[in-house]
Amino acid sequence: MALLSMKSVKKSFDGVEILKGISLEVNEGEILSIIGPSGSGKSTLLRCATLLEEMDDGELYYNGNAVCKSLDSKAVYESHSKLKKISECFGLVFQNFNLFPHMNVLQNICDAPIRVQKRDKSSVEKEAFALLKKMGLEDRAKAYPFQLSGGQSQRVAIARALALNPKILFFDEPTSALDPELTGEVLKVIKSLSDLDIAMVIVTHEMAFAREISDKVIFMSDGVIVESGTPEEVFASNNERTKNFIGALSK
Amino acid sequence: MNILDIALKLAPGMLVSIQIFFTTLLLSLPLGLVVAFGRLSKIKVVSYICKIYISIMRGTPLMLQLMVVYFGPYYIFGVSISGSYRVIATVIGFVINYAAYFAEIYRSGIQSMPSGQYEAAKILGYSKSQTFFIIILPQVIKRILPSITNEVITLVKDTSLAFTISVAEMFTMAKALASSTTSMYPFVCAALFYYMFNAIVAFVMDMIEKKLEYYK
Repeated sequence: MALLSMKSVKKSFDGVEILKGISLEVNEGEILSIIGPSGSGKSTLLRCATLLEEMDDGELYYNGNAVCKSLDSKAVYESHSKLKKISECFGLVFQNFNLFPHMNVLQNICDAPIRVQKRDKSSVEKEAFALLKKMGLEDRAKAYPFQLSGGQSQRVAIARALALNPKILFFDEPTSALDPELTGEVLKVIKSLSDLDIAMVIVTHEMAFAREISDKVIFMSDGVIVESGTPEEVFASNNERTKNFIGALSK
Repeated sequence: MNILDIALKLAPGMLVSIQIFFTTLLLSLPLGLVVAFGRLSKIKVVSYICKIYISIMRGTPLMLQLMVVYFGPYYIFGVSISGSYRVIATVIGFVINYAAYFAEIYRSGIQSMPSGQYEAAKILGYSKSQTFFIIILPQVIKRILPSITNEVITLVKDTSLAFTISVAEMFTMAKALASSTTSMYPFVCAALFYYMFNAIVAFVMDMIEKKLEYYK
């Protein structure tokens, strides 16, 4: 059974159809990259998958548990309490980090596991320090977000998402707000997560990175999936639209 | 009569002023938050009622509101009012007036919060009330503190309006003393009192602002 399954997802904003029936599956531990031009609906797709946005029509399942089903061409969502339970299995890393500015790094990471998951404080903090070490930030535990560089902020945001032990982690253009140097350090960290056995769905414009890390790549344009397959297949595609996009970016 | 004697004579009034000040603050700050919630409510009727309430409170003089609260029960319902109702009426008048102003300050602060903070909280599993009280409100307080300070300073001076319904607060007493002794000094003493009171308020608010400077 797929960990994440989306079927014929449709979403419009003010009458403009952004997603025109997207279907995809992600299995446990799998890494999926979604590439495509701006405005193609990649971020909207992630926002639908993470329940930040309600889809108009389509179906969404995590581990076979329905989040919403299509009924008479309308997405019908499950009850709030069911959604809350299902939401525990995924995390999201935002383009602009969205750290909590009034909490220091350690509090940013530990507050949700302690308060939301009601876990023991000392064991959460121990885990948090291990995560910070993995992120190369063990000396920044007491720093506040305004004292961090963009790359450090994003690494803290990744640690914060991981602290809740998600089965699948979404990344919404995690390096788009960073300069090339900082991009490198964040990509390195994401790459290092591939041995954690967490499934990842990454919306990115970093083609070389997508090619190297992914098990599967999806190319989206104008609200539809133009092409999907292994990185080798997509990057060697003969499809005109795909070729143009990848060609333009690797020049 | 030297200024110290005057101050001693006015002391009971000062206590009443201070009492009105703290009671108003203690009650109107939370009430303002409730009104702000109502104003931001998705339920149209609630939001509209709060809007009208704020509009009336801001659009009419506080002095008039005090009189309505004090004399209203008698004129409208024929209830006889006792002298002890004076202080209560004052506090009610101040609280409903200041809550309206505070509500608008809270609202501006809440609406200035970037949606990313709400989204991050939602993804991390915080409930709606956890999101508000743990993530949003602390940041809102930092943002609105300068505006709150403004209102609090105005409140110190506004306590003198209680004289319109003859509450024996400091200004009422100063006025009486000035006319009975035909002297300016009671007013000088009153001015000093308000000035020093506000100096302390400004100092305390400044300290709180400094305390919140640990993050940006």
